[in-house]
Amino acid sequence: MRKEGAAKVCGTARYIDDITLPGMLHGATVRSSIARGRITKITFDAAIPWDEFTVVTAADIPGANCIALIQNDWPCLAAEAVNHPEEPIVLLAHADKHRLAEAVAAVRVEYEALPSVHSIAESERKDAVVWGEDNEFKRYLMEKGDVDAVWAGADFIVEGEYETGAQEHLYIENNGVIAEYSDAAGVAIHGSMQCPFYVHKSLVKLMALPEDKVRVVQVETGGAFGGKEDYPSMIAAHAALLARKSGRPVKIMYDRAEDMAATTKRHPSRTRHRTAVTKDGKLLGAEIDLTLDGGAYSTLSSTVLSRATIHAGGCYFWPSLRVRARAMATNSPPHGAFRGFGAPQSLFAMERHMDRVAAAVGLTPEELRRRNFLRPGLTTSTGQGIPEGVDLAHLLERAMELSGYEEKRLRFARENEGRAVKKGIGMAAFLHGAGFTGSGEQRMGSVAAMDATWDGTLRVLVSSTEFGQGTNTILCQIAAETLGVDYGAVQMGPADTSLVPNSGPTVASRTAMVVGRLVESAAKEMRRVLAEAGLIGERYTTEVFQRAAAAYVAQHGELRTEGRYEAPPNVHWDDDLYRGEAYGAYAWAVYVAEVTVDTVDYRVAVDDFVAVQEVGRVINPVLATGQIEGGVAQGIGYALYEKVVWDKGRMSNNQMTNYIVATSQDIPPIRVYFEEVPYQYGAFGAKGIGELPMDGPAPAIVNAVSHATGADFCAVPLLPEDVMAKLAQGKPSAVEVVSA
Amino acid sequence: MSVQRIRMAVNGVERTVEAHPMERLLDVLRETLGLTGTKEGCGEGECGACSVLMDGSLVNSCLVPVAQAANAQVVTIEGLGSDAELDPVQEAFLRCGGSQCGMCTPGMIVAAKSLLMHNAKPSREEIREGLGGNLCRCTGYMRIFEAVEAAAQAQESEAAR
Repeated sequence: MRKEGAAKVCGTARYIDDITLPGMLHGATVRSSIARGRITKITFDAAIPWDEFTVVTAADIPGANCIALIQNDWPCLAAEAVNHPEEPIVLLAHADKHRLAEAVAAVRVEYEALPSVHSIAESERKDAVVWGEDNEFKRYLMEKGDVDAVWAGADFIVEGEYETGAQEHLYIENNGVIAEYSDAAGVAIHGSMQCPFYVHKSLVKLMALPEDKVRVVQVETGGAFGGKEDYPSMIAAHAALLARKSGRPVKIMYDRAEDMAATTKRHPSRTRHRTAVTKDGKLLGAEIDLTLDGGAYSTLSSTVLSRATIHAGGCYFWPSLRVRARAMATNSPPHGAFRGFGAPQSLFAMERHMDRVAAAVGLTPEELRRRNFLRPGLTTSTGQGIPEGVDLAHLLERAMELSGYEEKRLRFARENEGRAVKKGIGMAAFLHGAGFTGSGEQRMGSVAAMDATWDGTLRVLVSSTEFGQGTNTILCQIAAETLGVDYGAVQMGPADTSLVPNSGPTVASRTAMVVGRLVESAAKEMRRVLAEAGLIGERYTTEVFQRAAAAYVAQHGELRTEGRYEAPPNVHWDDDLYRGEAYGAYAWAVYVAEVTVDTVDYRVAVDDFVAVQEVGRVINPVLATGQIEGGVAQGIGYALYEKVVWDKGRMSNNQMTNYIVATSQDIPPIRVYFEEVPYQYGAFGAKGIGELPMDGPAPAIVNAVSHATGADFCAVPLLPEDVMAKLAQGKPSAVEVVSA
Repeated sequence: MSVQRIRMAVNGVERTVEAHPMERLLDVLRETLGLTGTKEGCGEGECGACSVLMDGSLVNSCLVPVAQAANAQVVTIEGLGSDAELDPVQEAFLRCGGSQCGMCTPGMIVAAKSLLMHNAKPSREEIREGLGGNLCRCTGYMRIFEAVEAAAQAQESEAAR
């Protein structure tokens, strides 16, 4: 059962907004009102008693004015110029949070506006150069075989262009932190976050403090989905600056409107495919041109682009392939991590394109896929070998059988004739690499630890965080099973950078597979230490083990063991050529969506959803099923409901009222099935699972809508007005302009 | 308007609070009474994280001025059960995996409780409708539906004893 589950169902779990410290102030942020410009003047309206407020500007930053990530181009507070709407400029704090809104409005920032760019196309055209010399954050070229040679021998060449929109994480808990500061102890942050050591790294630089003077503690976190990977470093920095200046604890808690407007979203994308295929459906090669909109600062765009690039060819064997990928700057808040991390964008394009290639060749969508699936003996787009056991054709068979695909595909096509309410069924086949890309895990060199307290409580010590996905439960389960003790005997230590080793950020579907493996090693080591000390024998009960651990602590003062990351053998990655083992392991899936399209009001409903996947061994079936269902629900939203409306770089629908996500009434039955092929180097045979279910729903649903309507839809989100725009084309207009 | 003294029963206990009449019931519960189990998700009645029962009706406490709760019976998540003795709905959410990040959970459980009070054996369709005002971003709702069905089952067996 979920480790912290009882506290959550009782309402006793303590999130950051549930915590109040004595003497605490509340912080608020003055943000830019324009997309790009130079700050010429900041004035403080005399109507506000400013001596009651703590006021912080960029001049109050003791260290470097940046949020440290990959490149350090993201300012903590804008000093001379702003590059997107909602960019933080001035910070305010007051003991009474109700006084803040008025004060924020009373800080007047004047600008000299500069030209800005608001789409991939505008950025490429360099309508204005808003970042670096050419608006380009990052570029990759990934090549396999000889693409230039394939076109001559192709029976068909199929081209397509696909677009995906931004997506808001919409975790139910908004971002928030509390900072405390003293010259003696340094800065302490408690907050809602995924990656305590990211916040730590950023604060060390910003506050110009030694590492041991920065302490970051994650508290119960109400959803994240990637949205609390980078931005908490920003909020923590702001709260820390206010705490330092005021000498009081400071809480910054965003409300929904601020969280939606100011924090990161999924990168919008545009992908162009050009594919060479034979008349019997053999893929010969492809050129894929992939571009992400990164927003105003580079933040995580290079790594999101990397994953998008590697996943761009999908789960197919390409004798030849060329992927050109770029991340471009625009003047919106930086786009960031969101479940799937680039793969949902490039896989939407790939899987929509496969249906169109199938139509061009005259094969069914499933047959074209079947003929080109990766399988043992073949290599991926990066030249990585496919291990024994991978069987996409089997996943496809199962998904088709469970969804009644073949019968429905024919029946719907027949019955739709002449009906206003049409039904369709579509599929997507895909893969998702687990863990960091390329040599990321080696560079990270994660460590997990276990310790025992004086009373024999066994603790897992990691910086990997729980935000709903089940970290606490899975890691305690792995530790308990390895130690040979009851699940109840193992607890999670606090995710506190002063207590736990750096097991890496909680991202990239790496927790169960990579960190779980480290916990397993730490647990094995603990068992070995106690056996060597003669405190346990071959067989023991939980009580005996805990007494032995307590005795060891009494004798030696401490019982603490570690597990350190070791790369699986024969893993090589070439960062320049993008060749080699891109991921330790891939998870594989085939999803089928059944939809109804009403051609009167243009509404699309998903009626049934079958998700078949192979994710290695499933450690906890309830949690794993919940991960898939939750990801599919977000994928349904991505496909059909969730549209960020931009107005010169600002999200204009930053409310739950008009940014629509799927409710309990919109969600079809989501039927989840696992095939289990244990992965040798993952904890208990597990591979990554968290992000996979985000990749498949959008293409499966849009393929189904295209099946229902016979129209080619190539973009998400696909809203009723988009369906109307396409289906109404060619129909005689019912309205005529009679006078102007 | 000035600060008023407002009486209400919260989880069966008579409470008197001093508050501006237009203060949100949500803030009075969380800040004045320290009942932080009720959550704020959107502040505009869309997400249902702040759901409580007021005189037996399910309300979004972010939309209720506290003056409107005068003399009312208010039930929050803290009034349903505790760690030591879970309410059957809480128990079912825990067992079925109906809670992931936990932020929608208190409101969702209160909404489920309300549904089951009015309809002891709801169909899947009635559950989908009954929870339509409570957003969950983690679960995709399947485990929540199962939890409500399991709780209904548990209450039925309890009643049959």
